[in-house]
Amino acid sequence: MEKKVNQKAWFFVLPVVLLVAFSALIPLMTVVNYSVQDTFGNNAFFWAGTDWFTDILRSERFHSALWRQFLFSGIILAIEVPLGIAIALAMPRRGLWVPVCLVLMALPLLIPWNVVGTIWQVFARVDIGLLGHTLANLGIDFNYTQDPLDAWITVVVMDVWHWTSLVVLLCYAGLQSIPDAYYQAARIDGASKWAIFRYIQLPKLHRVLLIAVLLRFMDSFMIYTEPFVVTGGGPGSATTFLSIDLVKMAIGQFDLGRAAAFSIIYFLIILLVSWAFYTVMTGKTKESDR
Amino acid sequence: MDLAWMAWTWPTGIFFICIVTALVAMTVWDRAVPQTERAGVLGILTTRGDRLFISLLGSGWIHLIWLGVVGPQLWIASIISVVFALCVFRWV
Repeated sequence: MEKKVNQKAWFFVLPVVLLVAFSALIPLMTVVNYSVQDTFGNNAFFWAGTDWFTDILRSERFHSALWRQFLFSGIILAIEVPLGIAIALAMPRRGLWVPVCLVLMALPLLIPWNVVGTIWQVFARVDIGLLGHTLANLGIDFNYTQDPLDAWITVVVMDVWHWTSLVVLLCYAGLQSIPDAYYQAARIDGASKWAIFRYIQLPKLHRVLLIAVLLRFMDSFMIYTEPFVVTGGGPGSATTFLSIDLVKMAIGQFDLGRAAAFSIIYFLIILLVSWAFYTVMTGKTKESDR
Repeated sequence: MDLAWMAWTWPTGIFFICIVTALVAMTVWDRAVPQTERAGVLGILTTRGDRLFISLLGSGWIHLIWLGVVGPQLWIASIISVVFALCVFRWV
């Protein structure tokens, strides 16, 4: 007898579909509509065609912000992923210290983004901040409000402090899921620590690393609040990332058509890079599953 | 329902109708002939849905690159996108 497919499940999915439609699809469609028009408010729109796209794609301002954004995401991925793996490997697997370590790791993730920005803005100040004041007393000329390199260091260190924990927790969960039998077999074979890491732990971490890299890339590529609070995009435009530039355009200049075109280009970049990451990393996962 | 705030235009309306039509057509096609994964020239496993996604994403980029490098004659970019999509469905 043929098994009957129960289609009632679709009704349970409907609320999610409606929620996604209102929170994501309709705003996205509105942005597409805005991107080909110009407006001065009062729901009065004027056809602009593809002018905004051409304008953005050829603007030096966009190219600079895009370059800074890729550089920032590249730096924080290069630091946070290896550091997160190293800390997860160093954490105890059993015992009293496990919950202590987990709570300590989770703490930075619980702090709101604007609070993180404020903490680091004060912490790095030369006049009243502990970090800035200490560096000044050590004879290091550190001033994130005037020196672009210092501003970059502050923003990168702040992001590492805030988000490495996420990579740590994901990797730790991945490490905990590896059965003891693998380690026992490695011990019998006389495998070194490096060999255990390279041939047991790293392959088993593939899936969580995929999630960690994707989340950290997308988050860092859309970063706004923390650098805005600390540096406001400065000094000059040294830390003006794509989202800061976009908000300046949309809210500061009320240039909604241009900002909408900027948003779509921004969206397509994130979509392409995330798809590339996902394809490369799941391809490897499939191979390692065979 | 007043949708004036969404600032609809005919070209963007037609664009979204095309996207929805493609999704509905793919769903109907899948019901008629269920899709299976295959590895093409890129060496990655793709279903028909994946190939549609690659085609749409690639088409978006072809249009952007055309606008940035050449200019506003988008019909040429659209023809290249259609050829690209056909190649993706055939060989990827």
